[in-house]
Amino acid sequence: MRLPAAALALLAALVGSGAAWAGREEVVVGSKAFPESWILAEALADLAHASGADAQHRINLGGTELVDEAARSGAIDAYPEYTGTIREVILHAPNATDEQVRARLAAEGLGMTESLGFEDSYALAVSPTAADRNGLRSISDLAAHPALRAAFSHEFIGRRDGWPGLSARYGLAFGDLRAVEHPLAFEAIGAGRADVIDVYTTDPEIERLSLRVLDDDRGFFPRYDAVVVYRADLARRAPHSLEAMRRLVGRVDRRAMARANAEVVTDGRSVAQAAGKLLEEALGPDAPVSAASAAGPSTIAAIVHDLARHLALVGASVLAAAIVGVPLGVAAARRRRVAAMVLGSAGVVQAVPALALLAFLVPLAGVGVVSASVALFLYALLPIVQGTCTGLAIIPASLTEAADALGLTPRAQLMRVHLPIASPSILAGIRTSAVITVGTATIAALVGAGGLGDPILEGIALRSAPLILRGAVPAAVLALTAQGLLTWLERAIVSPGLRLPPGG
Amino acid sequence: MIRIDQVEKAYAGRRVLGPVTLEIASGQRVALVGPSGCGKSTLLRVVIGLLAPDRGTVTVSGTPMGAGTKRALRRKIGYVIQDGGLFPHLTGEHNVTLMARELGWDAERIAARVKELGAMTGLGAEALVRWPAQLSGGQRQRVGIMRALMLDPEVLLLDEPLGALDAITRARLQAELATLFESLGKTVVLVTHDIAEAARLADESIVLRDGEVVQRGRVEDMARAPADPFVAELLTRGMGT
Repeated sequence: MRLPAAALALLAALVGSGAAWAGREEVVVGSKAFPESWILAEALADLAHASGADAQHRINLGGTELVDEAARSGAIDAYPEYTGTIREVILHAPNATDEQVRARLAAEGLGMTESLGFEDSYALAVSPTAADRNGLRSISDLAAHPALRAAFSHEFIGRRDGWPGLSARYGLAFGDLRAVEHPLAFEAIGAGRADVIDVYTTDPEIERLSLRVLDDDRGFFPRYDAVVVYRADLARRAPHSLEAMRRLVGRVDRRAMARANAEVVTDGRSVAQAAGKLLEEALGPDAPVSAASAAGPSTIAAIVHDLARHLALVGASVLAAAIVGVPLGVAAARRRRVAAMVLGSAGVVQAVPALALLAFLVPLAGVGVVSASVALFLYALLPIVQGTCTGLAIIPASLTEAADALGLTPRAQLMRVHLPIASPSILAGIRTSAVITVGTATIAALVGAGGLGDPILEGIALRSAPLILRGAVPAAVLALTAQGLLTWLERAIVSPGLRLPPGG
Repeated sequence: MIRIDQVEKAYAGRRVLGPVTLEIASGQRVALVGPSGCGKSTLLRVVIGLLAPDRGTVTVSGTPMGAGTKRALRRKIGYVIQDGGLFPHLTGEHNVTLMARELGWDAERIAARVKELGAMTGLGAEALVRWPAQLSGGQRQRVGIMRALMLDPEVLLLDEPLGALDAITRARLQAELATLFESLGKTVVLVTHDIAEAARLADESIVLRDGEVVQRGRVEDMARAPADPFVAELLTRGMGT
């Protein structure tokens, strides 16, 4: 894992050196997997860019843990965060004071700005009908109406600062409580199939559906002030960029943020456009002109870009898996104990969900191409090891003995006899592996490695079928192409003598 | 010369061979004969080192067969198995020349030797460019014999070489092998269950039963004075067919 990491660092250094020669500051802003984070990060990158820096936005990196890890490892320099999340998820210190939070972040080499001006906290919202019929104004009012139907997001139900704590504080219980994906909760309440849902205070759907946000009269929900978390070394490395990004502090109000979210989620505007508008509202005439909103990349160019990245990820992973997997398969075919160990552990890796595997890898290899490649490599391994092992195991004993009896060295027996005879099975394993990896590589987007998973994830977050298809269709075409290409390669490599029916 | 000294071999506690002590002189042609399971193939595989004996030693041309010597010794031994044991991914010719190419023979020397062997075994050049799956049983066995003879070994070991062939091809190849062995003058050890084939191709036969040598001699002499009823039965049944 060291070597690819080093190679990657070298590559990054080469790419980055262009800016370094020009004496420009370099800033990478990251964002989590939801539109508000994208818009804020884009706005921050625009501000840094306007200050003269070479600013980059690595969009949609994943959940809090992933993005936090990316900031610690230096893969990104800054990202939008919320004070409640910092206390709960990152520091596990729900009652820490602001000073304590700053001190603990500083110990990790991170800094935190003051509030950007709005809070995006949890709240409970009810439909206007339910509110009017039951006279609901605050969360306390809910205690008298256990017959109301609740639809809460999985995260809200699972978090200590969510439903478990809230229900205890207010003595709430609902007879009909369902766990749903956050976007689906809005659909349920809009269609009259739910009365109470959890919301974020900047959800654009609140206004669209005229939902009533209930007053947290007992002060349960912690504060979720929007802030910027940044690497402390920015003050030395990119002081102008840091200063530029700080301009957003105290300038974004809740309504402006909700409108910007609505532009992306419901109006189908680009993140760059929404960020540009948010900056205009926040900073007035001083707002920088967004670099990206001037001319976004065309769809074709975007597909080609994602496809190229996808191809590189798949190619590198499958190639590495073949280089490692064939010798492993040879070892497995020779010793039964090795076979049990190798095939067993490869099987276990295969059974681990992609998300869990990435969660393991991110602390080890960081966010980005390395983690994704390692995960894909591990997934690609099993079919190749299996194909090699099976191909060798089914060679008749009479042939392996004939090769041995000729006086060939063990190496020559392997290279001239065993592997060529096993080649159809080995190549079939590689082909299976390549086709599977094309599909699995869409998970690379979860850790910010890019590829065709990017538009798919964005499409899911935005509920946009065209965006999802922009990733899914090229992925399917790529899988078919890989299948065809490798079948052709098999014809070219496998001896014609092995394709004949046995004669007599 | 091949010396087999007190060789024993057991599988899972059951003895399948030995103790066997035999000496086969240079240029001598012997057949190992007996019903299936008598240990004749096992003995041949011990001689070429594919099986290590539990006890005893095998010496070929004065060199003891062992882990350190087997690779070099095998290049002095040609080994032919039932149905040729040809590698399916190589043409007939490449099967024959594989070892010589590994040893770095030049193309001219290889071509000359292939031509020589083709004439010896009666296999035409057009058969040599085919894949094993495209060859008849008799052709496959001829290629197998050419492969065994490629490096001009001192010893030729054959394990039921004609076992997979139909009766007509078998009879024709028997006649050809007799002539070939005669002209080669090499040490030959032939494993067969067919006593008539043994009589035809070998100077001497060695009858094995349950892993041990029962009788050794010319088949005619054995017929006249069988060592025991087992040999007598083997001879009458075998010669009858």
